[in-house]
Amino acid sequence: MSKIVFPAETLELVKKIIARYPDGKQKSALLPILHLAQAEWKWCSPEVMDYVASLLSISSIEVYEVASFYTMFHLEPVGEHVIEYCRTGPCCLMGGVEVYDHLKKRLKINTGETTKDGKFTIKEVECLAACGWGPVFQIREKYYMHLTKEKVDEIIDELSK
Amino acid sequence: MKILTEHIDVPNIDTIDVFMKHGGYSAVQKAIKKMTPDEVTEEVKKSGLRGRGGAGFPVGMKWSFLAKPEGVPRYLVCNADESEPGTFKDHYLMWKSPHTLIEGMIVSSFALGANTSYIYVRGELMYVINILEKAIQEAYDKGLLGKNILGSGYDLDLFVQPGGGAYICGEETALLESLEGKRGNPRNKPPFPAVKGLWQCPTVVNNVESIAATSWIVNNGGDAYAAIGVGRSTGTKLISASGHIKKPGVYEIPLGITVEDFIYSDEWCGGIRDGHKLKAVVAGGSSVPILPAELILTTAAGEKRLMTYESLSDGGFATGTMLGSGGFVVMDETACIVHNTLTFAKFYHHESCGQCSPCREGTGWMDKVLHRIEHGQGRKEDIDLLVDVAKKIEGNTICPLGDAASWPVAAAIRHFRDEFEWHIEHPELATKPGAVFMRKGASWTK
Repeated sequence: MSKIVFPAETLELVKKIIARYPDGKQKSALLPILHLAQAEWKWCSPEVMDYVASLLSISSIEVYEVASFYTMFHLEPVGEHVIEYCRTGPCCLMGGVEVYDHLKKRLKINTGETTKDGKFTIKEVECLAACGWGPVFQIREKYYMHLTKEKVDEIIDELSK
Repeated sequence: MKILTEHIDVPNIDTIDVFMKHGGYSAVQKAIKKMTPDEVTEEVKKSGLRGRGGAGFPVGMKWSFLAKPEGVPRYLVCNADESEPGTFKDHYLMWKSPHTLIEGMIVSSFALGANTSYIYVRGELMYVINILEKAIQEAYDKGLLGKNILGSGYDLDLFVQPGGGAYICGEETALLESLEGKRGNPRNKPPFPAVKGLWQCPTVVNNVESIAATSWIVNNGGDAYAAIGVGRSTGTKLISASGHIKKPGVYEIPLGITVEDFIYSDEWCGGIRDGHKLKAVVAGGSSVPILPAELILTTAAGEKRLMTYESLSDGGFATGTMLGSGGFVVMDETACIVHNTLTFAKFYHHESCGQCSPCREGTGWMDKVLHRIEHGQGRKEDIDLLVDVAKKIEGNTICPLGDAASWPVAAAIRHFRDEFEWHIEHPELATKPGAVFMRKGASWTK
């Protein structure tokens, strides 16, 4: 892997984020910067986390312990599209289980796995605060709501192109 | 009566010009130019507004606890970490009308004497964070944020902070830990955030909906707000309605309408989906006790139950529940209570921060035992075991997540024990796809 450094534009943004907090409290920028790092490198490898630590002048362990606490950070490589489906009560009431089973069958993988071509990863997540619009999954920033088996097929077809 | 969502469907209400055309930011003008911070606080106290995140603690009183030592910064932090299953009202409000929250943040920050404030939004809502940041920039451009707001000499900077996917960060001290760049482990209280909060400085943490309501209170007065509602349940409340109803969505209701109206009136949920009957409701987010149809519609004393803090909790946990966050999950006769309880138990197991043993271990055991009941491997003694575990978590943890995890399990068994027994005694029936227990003679049984 090439050397891990943010592009100049992102580094500017990092500076701006750190300036949101009082002097000496730059550690507060950790979650926002981990999000930027994950957007850049897809997952939070130890090298990426070490780099984030260096940007904030904190020790690597302070980044590891945080990244491993919050479920949004991937600590292992993931596919191009990470599908995170909500498995909590309200989405299940709306037929979530059948829809997600269909998704797994369609991609021939289980929760936590990545397709052989590296295109899709499926993750099971807790409530996404979209209960009235369920079943729901999220791919990156986008919410896909009112899911049905047909809709899942359309979305996968589109992303497979 | 709509306070927060009156203009929510106006096209482009998320832009500052349209928002201002509909009266937006008038509360900032009024508060900063014509009122003192204490006067704003006084109106919020008079309004009777109670914390809308779930706890229902009076907002004005919480503000009055804020320590104000000379030369120490104070902070207002908005809790937009909405993660309680069944709840999606803050998501809706921020997505549709970000300026409603920003206006409230300015008014509230002014009242508290905060010069820097943060909105902590759950990280999954990155698209909402982008909407908020764009709206905040518009407010800076209009001189409503930044230095010397509207020439008043009052300065305020407002930032959005993303979370990382952890329900526990909705607990205010865990949220502050997270905002400091740490794991979201709740702190021991006291000291309370009002004395030692963000970076050990005095801090107020309020829910999105609470903060958003302060603008209307400033514009119309605390008495006008208190005139809406019933008794100590004043004003309006955003209810997130989901499940087996005709019209799921977010509704702003005046507190005090009947539960029956809320479920069956076309103005709100529109009734149970066609051909089905009401079985149960979780009225205030996953952590509050589930109630069967007859107890959610009327209290044990036979009175019509109202959408208020007091009426929903009438009867205590024996026959009542809580308004909580207003996450209103409706189930018809096709819903399996055991399965639904399992999904909630899994949720709390996953979201326990692991700091307190009763919660870390207990949520895991409840998940495991419910899992085996649901999958046809339940044992006779499992029901009492679940009740016992729930009892041993409740009240024995430093934050309310332990209680929140134990209540739904205990309540499901309290009101639907026969359904758990059926799963254990008839695993061959219970594990058939779509199989649901039908209680003989129940109002929802066909």
